[in-house]
Amino acid sequence: MTDVSTPPSLRQLFTGFSRVGLSGFGGVLPWARRMLVEEERWLSAQEFNTLLGMCQFLPGPNVVNLAVCVGSRYHGGKGAWSAALGLMLGPFLIAMLLGLLYDLYGQLPQIQSVLRGVSLVGAGLLIATGWKMARNLKFPRITLPFTLLGFIGVAILRWPLPLVMLGLASLCIAWIYRTLQAQAARGETS
Amino acid sequence: MILLLELFLQFTLLALVAFGGASALLPEIHRVVVDQHHWINDATFMQLFAIAQAAPGPNVLIVSLVGWEIAGVPGAVVATLGMCLPMSLVISLMMPVWNRMEGKTWQQAVQFGVAPLAVGLVLSSGFLIGQSSQQGGSGIALVVLSTALARYTALHPLWLIALGGVCGGLGWV
Repeated sequence: MTDVSTPPSLRQLFTGFSRVGLSGFGGVLPWARRMLVEEERWLSAQEFNTLLGMCQFLPGPNVVNLAVCVGSRYHGGKGAWSAALGLMLGPFLIAMLLGLLYDLYGQLPQIQSVLRGVSLVGAGLLIATGWKMARNLKFPRITLPFTLLGFIGVAILRWPLPLVMLGLASLCIAWIYRTLQAQAARGETS
Repeated sequence: MILLLELFLQFTLLALVAFGGASALLPEIHRVVVDQHHWINDATFMQLFAIAQAAPGPNVLIVSLVGWEIAGVPGAVVATLGMCLPMSLVISLMMPVWNRMEGKTWQQAVQFGVAPLAVGLVLSSGFLIGQSSQQGGSGIALVVLSTALARYTALHPLWLIALGGVCGGLGWV
């Protein structure tokens, strides 16, 4: 099928992901999808969903993981480095510049007030993101209580994350596994 | 040198539990760099988060900024690499296996089972950032307002960030 265009070169991987990194404010995932699926057509929509599924369930920064997946698919290790460096380099340099400015002027009360306003909005953006993610959860009657328990453990009780993840995630995965199996069994008998 | 090594190892460890990406990891980063190691204080952490929000790029840049604040450019490089490198290696090894397992029951169970905790972690991040930034009712009101705007309108996040900057600059929150 010609749904997907010719494989990108190393340079194209670098520039394509640079564009994604530099245009993404407040999360770059939508931009990554636009570049990969709609503009460059390196991936079909279906391939994008499969790769993203893996990158989102694995720990680590999701978009960096995605860049590594796409890059290594075409050019192995070199491709992975080109894509990930493309994604990170521009934003990293900008962040360093802002860090420098922060060290110079961050103590000014006006700057501190502006940054406090921005981080309050940032908190709102995070809560809205979590809210949207929650609406897409599969098996909500099983999974939503785990969301709540995770929140209580991490945000209220301030337990260490590895502990919370190990305990709750394994329990939740086991529960869903049993539910899926039960579903499959019912499907076979009917 | 010791500090750089420690930074690298610390962020490598953090990366291994970063289910849901860097936004979900904020409470744990805060716990490690502020409460445990006292590398930076609470107010600085909150302000670096604000800068990362206002800058373009992946959310993981908060890690670069924290590294920068602790040990300059080498610190930023080391922290970012610690965060990105280990899982990138695992992924390039795992990708072929994962594609072959597509559709298997246990694979679906893992995928569906980790997601609700990622949601809980992202919500925790928002809650903790809001908690350490607010200084009273108007701050809480701004968090609620921006949550609602981001959830129910298609407004570009940059507008909301600008709104926050203006409210802060005018001393309203």
